[in-house]
Amino acid sequence: MLEIGLGHYLTVAAILFTLGVFGIFVNRKNVIVIMMSIELMLLAVNINLVAFSAYLQDMVGQVFALFVLTVAAGEAAIGLAILVVYFRNRGSIAVEDIKAMKG
Amino acid sequence: MFVMLQTVFPDLSAATPEIFLFIVAMALLMVGVFAPAARAAAVVGRLALLSLVVALVMVLMQDGVKVATFENMFIVDRFAIFMKVLVLIGSALTLLMSGRFFAEMNARKFEYPVLVVLATLGMMMMISANDLIALYMGLEIQSLALYVLAAFLRDQERSTEAGLKYFVLGALSSGMLLYGASMVYGFAGTTQFAALAAVLKGGEVAPGIIVGIVFIAAGLAFKVSAVPFHMWTPDVYEGAPTPVTAFFAVAPKVAAIALFLRVMLEPFGGIAAEWRQVIVFLSVASMILGAFAAIRQNNIKRLMAYSSIGHVGYALLGLAVGTSEGIRAVLVYMAIYLTMNIGTFACILAMRRQGQYVEQIPDLAGLSKRNLPMAIIMMLLMFSLAGVPPLAGFFGKFYVFKAVMEMSALSSGWTVLAVIGVLSSVVGAFYYLRIVKVMFFDEALEPLDLPSGRELGLLMGLAGAFNLFFFPFAGPLLRAAGNAAAALF
Repeated sequence: MLEIGLGHYLTVAAILFTLGVFGIFVNRKNVIVIMMSIELMLLAVNINLVAFSAYLQDMVGQVFALFVLTVAAGEAAIGLAILVVYFRNRGSIAVEDIKAMKG
Repeated sequence: MFVMLQTVFPDLSAATPEIFLFIVAMALLMVGVFAPAARAAAVVGRLALLSLVVALVMVLMQDGVKVATFENMFIVDRFAIFMKVLVLIGSALTLLMSGRFFAEMNARKFEYPVLVVLATLGMMMMISANDLIALYMGLEIQSLALYVLAAFLRDQERSTEAGLKYFVLGALSSGMLLYGASMVYGFAGTTQFAALAAVLKGGEVAPGIIVGIVFIAAGLAFKVSAVPFHMWTPDVYEGAPTPVTAFFAVAPKVAAIALFLRVMLEPFGGIAAEWRQVIVFLSVASMILGAFAAIRQNNIKRLMAYSSIGHVGYALLGLAVGTSEGIRAVLVYMAIYLTMNIGTFACILAMRRQGQYVEQIPDLAGLSKRNLPMAIIMMLLMFSLAGVPPLAGFFGKFYVFKAVMEMSALSSGWTVLAVIGVLSSVVGAFYYLRIVKVMFFDEALEPLDLPSGRELGLLMGLAGAFNLFFFPFAGPLLRAAGNAAAALF
């Protein structure tokens, strides 16, 4: 019988985190997808924190995860607000259109 | 089962400046809402400036004895006081130069000073962080306010684009920093800096901790805009409103460097050999890119972005040395960097033609005939940024290289680093001197307006005087920086 241990949780978190990072860099379509990738990264970190917290029998990790959740909510709100004002000016949120400044 | 939590009421006195700024930010929001709409922005702006000065006095009144409070999450020592003074000076002076700009852009809103106060609060918490959770919270309080500031001219495409880019890359860097923090927590079993230092003191280091440190260093390198994590800097500096760019160039950079120093030296100081190469790479790459990439820039804000990347490279060289001598050099460097940037951005804000703000380098042509004092101050600041003796910028670099050369007795690799640093500062001198050449020797097609506003003149004068007459300030600054650096060891 396969026991699910710390290593499995860390692997899942690492995969999710990598997906998040790639979602930001490889994605050429839509800024909303980038926002989702950012959330994916933060949730990967939360899996890590909670897994470690359970493994170490230490509450600090779970408290940290709660803080991360709270900040992620604020971050998403601000990100979407900036995206809305950007859309009003530019009329598009395609990643390839965000190029007024280059160099 | 009901568990009684043993709570000790935290010692609030160590955090009075932060608590004060937090209450002020909330109160200013109320003032902004209830004051007559026409005057709200000006009133809140003045009150915010006043409260930053009051917070500065409160920080200066702390005696510098090391106090850790809030369950060791928050620490005040001489290092924290020194960096907080720099951050508060930077925030206050950039706030001083912003009112007129936003008034003329028809975008003077009372939220701006409130956001500056909140960002400053976040920076002060970063500087005093003594725990990975406190570090993250401080960083986010600062960043969330800065994202909004970058997009503050919300009907301009460039400003909102700067905000969007800053948000995406800032959130990415926070994510990397957090992932590193979670690895360090998992493999060391604690998030407190002092406890981490005890765990990591000598002996075997788990690979997970090394991975965590590298991720944390990458996240912080984003915040200080060190190469290869610098790509947001030129775009954000160019697109953000000029007073916001000035703010970005000084306060968050000083705070992020402070955080970088404390994280690398306090919890991870015992395993410096493991992370030194990373910092050396960041430093060398930043110095070289800062020197070469700025050459072909025509937008002066973009040029200042590359300039700041280069300067961060020199500061990180002092961290790579890692001795108290090296850290003192970093602190002196950041103090001088702050004055040079405030002066330069005051000059950039004074660049207007027929009431319109301009920011191309050719726009400066013929400034010496139109406005000689401003041209002379700008020239002094450019020489200082390039590191020409006897201006302050030279001494900043001098102390860093001195600390590096003291290490060269141990290994010849350090000499190579110093040589790279000197050579890239020679390359960097090219684009600073180009600005001087444009101001003094090029013919103006259409002259710039005479600068209006006493604030800009005052800031230019102060920054120019500081950089020209650095000697009288050198002694006290060096002593304060030396005391501050000693607090980290």
